[in-house]
Amino acid sequence: MSRLLTRRRFLVGSTLTASALGLTGCDALVENSRVQSVLKIAEGFSMKTQRFLQGDNALAREFSTADLSPVFRANGTSMPDNPQYLSWMSAQFSDWKLGVDGLVNSPLQLSLAEIKAMASRTQITRHDCVEGWSAIGQWTGVPLGLVLQRAQLKPEARYIVFHCADEYEKSLDGSGWYYESIDLVDAFHPQTILAYGMNGRDLEVAHGAPLRLRVERQLGYKQAKYLTRIEVVADLGQLYGGNGGFWEDRGYEWYAGI
Amino acid sequence: MDPNASAPHGRVKVYRHSLLVRLSHWFNVLCMSFLLLSGRQIFNAHPALYWGQYGADNDPSFISMQAVEEGGAQRGVTQVGALTFDTTGLLGLSKVDGEETERGFPSWATLPSYQDLAAGRRWHFFFAWLFVINGFVYLIYGIISRHLRSDLTPASAELAPVHLLQEVKDHARLRFPKGQSARHYNTLQKLAYLAVIFVLLPMMIATGLTMSPGFNAVAPILLDLFGGRQSARTLHFLSAFGLVAFVVVHVVMVLVSGVFNNMRSMITGYYAIEGDKP
Repeated sequence: MSRLLTRRRFLVGSTLTASALGLTGCDALVENSRVQSVLKIAEGFSMKTQRFLQGDNALAREFSTADLSPVFRANGTSMPDNPQYLSWMSAQFSDWKLGVDGLVNSPLQLSLAEIKAMASRTQITRHDCVEGWSAIGQWTGVPLGLVLQRAQLKPEARYIVFHCADEYEKSLDGSGWYYESIDLVDAFHPQTILAYGMNGRDLEVAHGAPLRLRVERQLGYKQAKYLTRIEVVADLGQLYGGNGGFWEDRGYEWYAGI
Repeated sequence: MDPNASAPHGRVKVYRHSLLVRLSHWFNVLCMSFLLLSGRQIFNAHPALYWGQYGADNDPSFISMQAVEEGGAQRGVTQVGALTFDTTGLLGLSKVDGEETERGFPSWATLPSYQDLAAGRRWHFFFAWLFVINGFVYLIYGIISRHLRSDLTPASAELAPVHLLQEVKDHARLRFPKGQSARHYNTLQKLAYLAVIFVLLPMMIATGLTMSPGFNAVAPILLDLFGGRQSARTLHFLSAFGLVAFVVVHVVMVLVSGVFNNMRSMITGYYAIEGDKP
């Protein structure tokens, strides 16, 4: 009897030790930089495969008003707290302006009224958070391609960077400001818009007022809110952490199509 | 020509599993282990499942795991439809470094053990690619070598209800085929393997792809097929559950029907069967 107990205890003990060792081993594997660079191969492979299958203009599914989420969950920052944003907000964004600069022939400073005066597109699409949830909303805005055409991209332009008015992670070096970037394929996609309207009303502060990006074939963290400036660049290495976005600098994929 | 090497004492070793079947089997074990561990990590980022095109915190969930406060104490609660279960310590609430933490699956069941969605995603998509490539190699081999046809497709006599019932009875009594009939998979085995190869695994891949907004633009028909991205997410989870159930039964069967012989045959290819005795 006592032998059995001892053996059982030994078995339980050794199983626990083995699984603990296994787990520590796995965590060590996760943190190994060489392993990480191998895993990253899959990201490039996924992007190339999806882009090949999509072609440039395959559309994201558009829904009807009957499909709208009753409550669209706001995510990320829902109320920027810096004085500049608060001052824009109190003036109903009448003195807010969107800068378009970088590798362009004619830099722009567009007011909200000017943006609203441009041709618009309205689309009902699904927003997919990287965490797994989805919400369907209706977005109205100006196609990004029209804005970029007005600014005239220089030949060396490769990426469009979106600077935002929310500091999502407070830090002394300013590395916590939200930003995002997309390439020219997505920038000129017909469903890529700078949205100022949501569900038939002006975009609410929680959802990124006065202007947010919608890039419908990618996940939620690409949909930058509280836009202040669009910068056209040749490469992403010079910006913040060098990975092309707030979440990208924190380990997430730059191509968020999956 | 008889490829089977005869051994003394009436035992015969038959070459049961070809090299490619053995390699793809173990490669699949590796991929599925990492996919399961990293999949639970991803699930934990939002431990609730919905039905339909959309689903988030304010929408009714189909399955969820969460921690609830009750009388000053925390409990882990798992909800499946209208039913709720207390799963404290396992699902919804479990200990992380000795401290009770709100968590879908416990840390020993996820990769990495701590909460890191970005890392979970990298591992998941890397092994998803390997898993898909492995599956295609196996399928192409299975068709060309006629492995699928001659080893896995049941004969019509095997599908007769009387025969199936007899096999179920034999399995329940842990009475396994011997002699000549042990040379081939039995019918329940064939059906289980076919269900995994042609239903559960393709289901995992298709529902996984349906969750990708990029792939939705390529094949929007998948959204109609599964009833929406959130339905696909739920089906992905349920199919994974089905695979885990299969693996549990599979491993139990391996253990009770001669673990040494089974392991040898999946490693070296050779499976020993008793000679037919009168």
